[in-house]
Amino acid sequence: MTEWLISALLIAGGLFILIGSIGLVKMPDFFMRLHGPTKATTLGMALLLIAANVFFSVENGVINIKEILISIFLLITAPITGYMLIKSAIHHELKAKDGTKGMDNIEDD
Amino acid sequence: MRLHARYKWLPTPFRSVLLFIVWLLLNNSVSAGHLILGAVLAIAIPLVIAPFRTAQPLILRPGLATKQVFIVLWDIITANVEVAFKILAPTKRLRPGFIKVPLDLQHELPITILASTVSLTPGTVSAEVYPIPESLPKGEVPTQRFLLIHVLDLDDEQALIDTIKRRYEAPLKEIFQC
Repeated sequence: MTEWLISALLIAGGLFILIGSIGLVKMPDFFMRLHGPTKATTLGMALLLIAANVFFSVENGVINIKEILISIFLLITAPITGYMLIKSAIHHELKAKDGTKGMDNIEDD
Repeated sequence: MRLHARYKWLPTPFRSVLLFIVWLLLNNSVSAGHLILGAVLAIAIPLVIAPFRTAQPLILRPGLATKQVFIVLWDIITANVEVAFKILAPTKRLRPGFIKVPLDLQHELPITILASTVSLTPGTVSAEVYPIPESLPKGEVPTQRFLLIHVLDLDDEQALIDTIKRRYEAPLKEIFQC
């Protein structure tokens, strides 16, 4: 039973990370590419870590929730990475896809 | 809004609780030894680093803060599923855009939390906080701040701004009482 649960979590997690990576390749401009890695990947990693929690809890017979720490650190750091990337992209005046709305909202620095 | 905690020996109560929990999780045990060591560290570390940090508003409504954490966690899960579908759907249908959200918050810590929340939730990544401090004359404090957000699929700009203000900013204002 637990094996099924762990497998389902691993597959779901892997699927989200895969979709995030597909987004990275498929999207037309830099700003849209950022959306995949900042979101899909966080949930994917969280699912993989929950699978690890369940596996080690069952294997050792004691409740093991250490991996939640990794999820928390990921949740804290993922937006920062995204923020640094998009800030430097704006600074370098990278081209956004044609038809991007609200380009005049970007102020000069 | 309060910048300083009630007791001098406990400058940041919430951070102390967080350190205590992180210590127990790192050691994966709740034995008496680790409880005592964790408590000592949770009090000593904030005291040592207190002189380095600029004072930020403290969490005044812990219950509401906990509720907000769960709301954001739920939004992260739905955001992931939503963005996953948008990535797999034809790219041509997406309507990307930049929007500017006027902020009611004034302090760095609540704005950072808001920007991170926006980055983790449906189809939005926060890009910049205007005005940029370096561009202002020295010592001047901006009266109105804006958050620049990149949206993956922009439908109704005003509706999105209202959602962000109501769902994420209003609770933060309430939690920090500012």
